[in-house]
Formats: sequence, C-alpha cells, structure tokens
Amino acid sequence: MPDLSSIFALAVGLVFSFDAELYAIIGLSLAVSLTAVFLGALFGIPLGAALASLSFPGRGALTAIINAFMGLPPVVVGLVVYLMLSRSGPLGVLGLLYTPTAMIIAQTLLVMPLIAALSRQTLVELNSEYDELFRSLRLTAWQRITALIWDGRYGLLTAALAGFGRAIAEVGAVMIVGGNIEHVTRVMTTTIALETSKGNLALALALGLVLITISILVNAALLSLNKTARRLAYA
Amino acid sequence: MLKRMDDGTSKETTSRSGDSLFPLEVSNIGLETVGQSLLRDVSFTLAAETKTVIIGPNGAGKSLLLRILNGLLQPTSGHFTWAGRTTDAAVRARQAMVFQRPVLLRRSTEANIHFVLNGLSLAERNTRTQALLEQAGLTSRAKTPARLLSGGEQQRLAIARALATDPGVLFLDEPCANLDPSATKEIEDLINATHASGTKIILVTHDLGQARRVGDDVVFLSAGRLVEQATVQDFFAHPKTALGRAFIRGEIVM
Amino acid sequence: MQTTLAKKVTIMVGTFGFLVSVLLLALQPAWAADGGGFIILQSTTSTDNSGLLKAILPKFRDKSGIEVRVVAVGTGQAIKNSTNGDGDVLLVHAKASEEKFVAEGHGVARTDVMYNDFVIVGPDADPANLKGTADVIAALQKLAAAESLFASRGDNSGTHKAEMRLWKAAGIDVAKSSGAWYRATGSGMGATLNTSVGLGAYALTDRATWLSFKNKAGHKVLVEGNPRLFNQYGIILVNPEKHPGVKAKAGQAFIDWLTGADGQAAIAAFKVDGKQLFFPNAPKNN
Repeated sequence: MPDLSSIFALAVGLVFSFDAELYAIIGLSLAVSLTAVFLGALFGIPLGAALASLSFPGRGALTAIINAFMGLPPVVVGLVVYLMLSRSGPLGVLGLLYTPTAMIIAQTLLVMPLIAALSRQTLVELNSEYDELFRSLRLTAWQRITALIWDGRYGLLTAALAGFGRAIAEVGAVMIVGGNIEHVTRVMTTTIALETSKGNLALALALGLVLITISILVNAALLSLNKTARRLAYA
Repeated sequence: MLKRMDDGTSKETTSRSGDSLFPLEVSNIGLETVGQSLLRDVSFTLAAETKTVIIGPNGAGKSLLLRILNGLLQPTSGHFTWAGRTTDAAVRARQAMVFQRPVLLRRSTEANIHFVLNGLSLAERNTRTQALLEQAGLTSRAKTPARLLSGGEQQRLAIARALATDPGVLFLDEPCANLDPSATKEIEDLINATHASGTKIILVTHDLGQARRVGDDVVFLSAGRLVEQATVQDFFAHPKTALGRAFIRGEIVM
Repeated sequence: MQTTLAKKVTIMVGTFGFLVSVLLLALQPAWAADGGGFIILQSTTSTDNSGLLKAILPKFRDKSGIEVRVVAVGTGQAIKNSTNGDGDVLLVHAKASEEKFVAEGHGVARTDVMYNDFVIVGPDADPANLKGTADVIAALQKLAAAESLFASRGDNSGTHKAEMRLWKAAGIDVAKSSGAWYRATGSGMGATLNTSVGLGAYALTDRATWLSFKNKAGHKVLVEGNPRLFNQYGIILVNPEKHPGVKAKAGQAFIDWLTGADGQAAIAAFKVDGKQLFFPNAPKNN
C-alpha cells in the first residue's frame, strides 16, 4: 500500500513536471466544469429566485423536484444524456456523444438543480424582507427576480461554488457521455478512475490530491474576489 | 409597473395631480381570517387636501387598513373607490408606501432611489435622484450603503424613495415608531413638505403627540371598528365617544 | 456614475462568460476534430489498459491520417453501445456475442484479430491449493469445494462470459453462492482485480491486464496454459445501413490495417516487460 508522504511527493512531482498531457487534462476538467456551472447558474439562479419570490401554480411541486434532483446520481444523468445523444437517440444526428460538449450538457443538468435549490434557499430570506416593498412598488416578476439576484449576489456565489464542487468531482456522468477518450474527453476524475483500474493506486491518489488542490484554489480565488467586491460595494 | 408622472426634475410643477384620486370612499370594509374578525364594517370618506392620521390602540387594525388601501391585502368584504374608480393599475401607480421598519435594498443610498425610477433616461434618473436626496437631506450620504445609515436617515430615504414616482397619495405606517425626537421631527418636516407640494398624506400612528402635530383629520379605530372620524381639533378637544375619551387620556393600553 | 441593474447583471454574466470562452478557446486543439477525421472504436479495457492500443494506434494514424478514439468499456457494454450506433468499429472478445451482433445486422462482418489467454490469479497463500493445477475445470471445482473467495466481474463482459462458461463446464452453480464465497463485483477488470487483492480472493483475468496491473500485492498467476483459457479477439465494422452516422470507409480502413500485415506486426511487436501480450491471428487472405 502506498503511504501518504510518497503520494504527496508524487502529487507535487506531477504538478511540477509540467507534463503537457496532465495540464491538458486539468484544463479540460476546468473548462467543462466551469462552463457547466456557468450554464447551470444562468438557468438555475433565476429559477431559484422565481421559486423564492413568485407564487405560481406548481411552485411547491417544482421546489420539491428541484430539491430531490440535488442528489441525483451522476450516473443516472449520464445515462439520460447518453440516451439522448446516442446515434439511435433523438439528438443522435448532432454527433455530440463522446465530445466535451456532451460532458458539459451532462454536468449542466447535474448542477442546475443544485444551484437552483441553493439559490432558492439563499433568496427566500431576502425575499421575505423585500416582499412587501416589492408588492407595494408593483414590480414585475422579472424586476423582482433581477433585484433579488443582484442584492443576493454574494450569497449566490456559494451556490455556484457548490455546483462547481459537484461538477469537478463527479465521474459517473462524464465517463458515460465522454467515454474517457485520451486527448479528447479525458478529465481528472476519469483519469483517476482509469489509473485505479490499472492498479496505479499511488498515481490515482496523487491525481486526487491535485484535483482537490485545484478545487481549493478555484474556491479560494472566487471567494476572495467575492470578499473584495463586497468590501468595495460597502466602501 | 411604475410609471413616471412627469419629467421629474421639479417636484413642485407636478403637484396637485393627486386630486384625481380623491375623495376616497371606503364602504363597509371587513377583513376576516379563520375564526377572527380583524376589521369590521369600516366606512369613511377622505378628502384630498388633508393630512389624515389613523390612530388607535394596538390591534385596532390600523396597519391592516393601510395595507388594504395600498392593495397589499384584499378585504374579505366591502369595497372602496378612488374618486369613484376601483383600484386599477393607474390608481396603483399613484400610490406609495413607507413601512414602519424601512425596507432598504442592499445598495447605496442613491441606488435605492434609482431602483424605482423606471422608464427614465439615465440622465433624468440621476437628476431626479439628486433632487430627492436633497429634499430628504441625504445628499452627503448618496454613496453610503443604505444599511449603514442611521435610523432616521433610513426612514427619510424610504420616504424619498416613495416620493420618486411622484405619488398622489403617500401611506406611512408608523414611520417614527423606532426613532428619537429629533429624528421624528425631521420625518415630520419631510411629511409636511411632501403634503405642501400636493401629495395626500395617510399616516398610521399610535403617538398622540404626532397625531396632533401632523394631522388635519383623524380616523380612530378600535378592535377593528371605526369609532370616530373628526378633525384633529374636534377629536382632541371634544371626543364624541367614551372610547375616544379613554384613548386620549391614555387609559387604553397601546 | 450610475448604471442600471440590467447593465450590471449583463456585465457580471458577460465577464464570467468571457473567462469561460477564453478557457475553451485555449483548449480548442484538444477537442476539435482534426482534418483527417476520426473514428470511435468501442473496445475493452484489456486492450486499452494494457497499453496495446496506445502503442499501435499512432502507427495507423501516421499512415492513414485517421485518429482512432477509444472508448474502453466491458465487452457487453461495448456491444450495447455499438448496437445503439455509438461507435464505428467494435474490437472485443466474446465470439458468440459478436456473431450474434453481426447476425442481428448491427455489424457488417466479424474477423479474428488476435488472441491471448485467461489466467486464474490468487493469493500467494493459495488456500484452495490451485497452484500447478493444469486443468482449469478441476481447479474451479477445488475452489468451490474449498469455498475460497472468488471475485467475478459480474458485468456481462467478455471475461465474465468466459468465466461463466468455465463454471458451467465444471458443473457449479455460482449464483447459489453469490454473496458467500462468490463475489460478483459488477465492475471492470481493474476494479475486480483491486477487489480480489483487497479480499485475498481468486479471480479470472486476461493475461494482458494482469501483466500491466500495478497493484498485484501478493497475488500470483496460479492456473494457466489450458486450451479452455484461450481468449480470441474479433473486430467488426458497425453496420452503416443500420446507423447512417457510422464512418464506414474510415472504419473499414482501420479494420483492413489491423488485420493486414502492418497491423498484425504491430500487435506482435507490443511487449510489456519483455513479454508479448497479444498474438495476431487474423486470416491471411484478409
């Protein structure tokens, strides 16, 4: 069994080897997951804001569904997207299966409910504070949603970061729709799965360490950016 | 939707347009929830010219009545009309509300006013915002986050924001409940100035001193019923009802 | 200077979108289909994990300009994916399933490509005393009698199918012992080997995966060299008449190369630690 210090040394060695292939894999992981989070937030945040502030028929049911979908197994999402994008599926003609685009689609579907549910939780409190004012001002639904999103933007970053955490760490969906094809759809998590299956446990763990480090760096960067922006806004 | 009333650069030139909303005729309004009657059979008529104060002890239904008039609550019985019209979009656009605890957006002081100025060009919005800030004595606080203002400043900002759309009627729900005397004085001055420029004032207060200082006429509620309606002078000098007399003497617990 | 809310939101979204696009553009070469085009090869983990495909595919690309993108899954999954048309060429090792695939019209024709063999690996302590047992059927009977732990793929892969054939020949119904000494992992070869190492269990694996597997711990090859352990790989072009998206021309070019002199020589030349892992046996007239 590999010991922890040798794994750590291996991880450091990997990062400073400046191996083009490793960096391409890291880059693809970031590109796919960040794009998915961007798209997930683009739809998820307004959806969460709508659930938090508007009353419409089916709101309760939709909230329950979104909350349940927060914990959807990535493999299931991967399977659904696979069936859609398969050449014998309804969107097969697009030829998207086994491409990074397919991975982005799968991860977007994976993180969107999470971002929507967390956004709803964040904005529900803000909405109860603003509700009477907004009703008194006769705001339209869209004005309400944009105002809530803007005023709650610092809290919403947390929702987006949770989405990023889920996206960058999942392997089930990208494995199925990406196929883990070398130089094309191989990302950090599928590489870790592959190395594990080859019995390269030390390498797999070292890659896991690199993945966690990148995840921490992304989180730290966005949170400090957030903090600075918040300070400037209150300056 | 908010609608602008004029070019907004000069408050004075747009005054008295509020007349068209009045008289406000309230007929037999009631509000019930499960097993409880919060307002019963309330009827009165208000003219445009006056500053009306709605007074009464806690639980009298003052704030509920104000919310009904502002359209935030639906009465379960009765109806009311603005110069003969039921509340429609045009009527709603002429109303503005100030709450007991000011609800301020998590933005700068000026951005709070900017927010409600829809449908204007950026230059017009900026000019109008500066004018309102000046009116409320908040020019030096324009860039300050609204939540860092003092209690009195926050309430003045809430009033300035309510005035941004040049309303024909301004509802105020205990705006000075949490303020010290000097801050209260500033709010009352702002209310008087607003009235002077042509906006009907409907003020809910439990402060008899404020009712005397600000009000022209009184709507006195107790336990969800209208007890008395009179001019401020008449009400405080010769209350017609035993409840009114007790209330003035402070014998009804607030 | 005041800006409207809509503008602020647009700027916020736009900035983030811009950053993402820059990242994507930087990665453009990684995912753009290049001029020569590419085909999807549905194959098994044994051919990919052993390093065989990585060693031989560049030779084909240099010659033809066609990139072969490998999706490495179990044989069962690879056949299922190809049945859906999600692949141009299928390279797997379960002859009966492959022939069924062709017979049902999903594939054009099946050709032998190469073979290697299965081995039974197990802990050094060898509790069922299999070492040196030449007859694989006898070995399995001993294993069942001793109720020694056995880790199975349990995933309908080529190796799993071969294993089931062997149990059947040995007259043992493993389903009855599932969960007891017989453990179906339902996962790939590598994961199953990790499990067998972790449990100290026996397992059936193809030799190529075993030789390139890095987490052997104390496990060793205990049973090998029996004709029943022969492992034949076949290659099939997915039927373009059934799935119009199939790149038939490029796929056939790959099949012709792999079963031709150059491809066969490349397979023979592939060695791990000096040992040849796959033995080309495509029909000569091909």
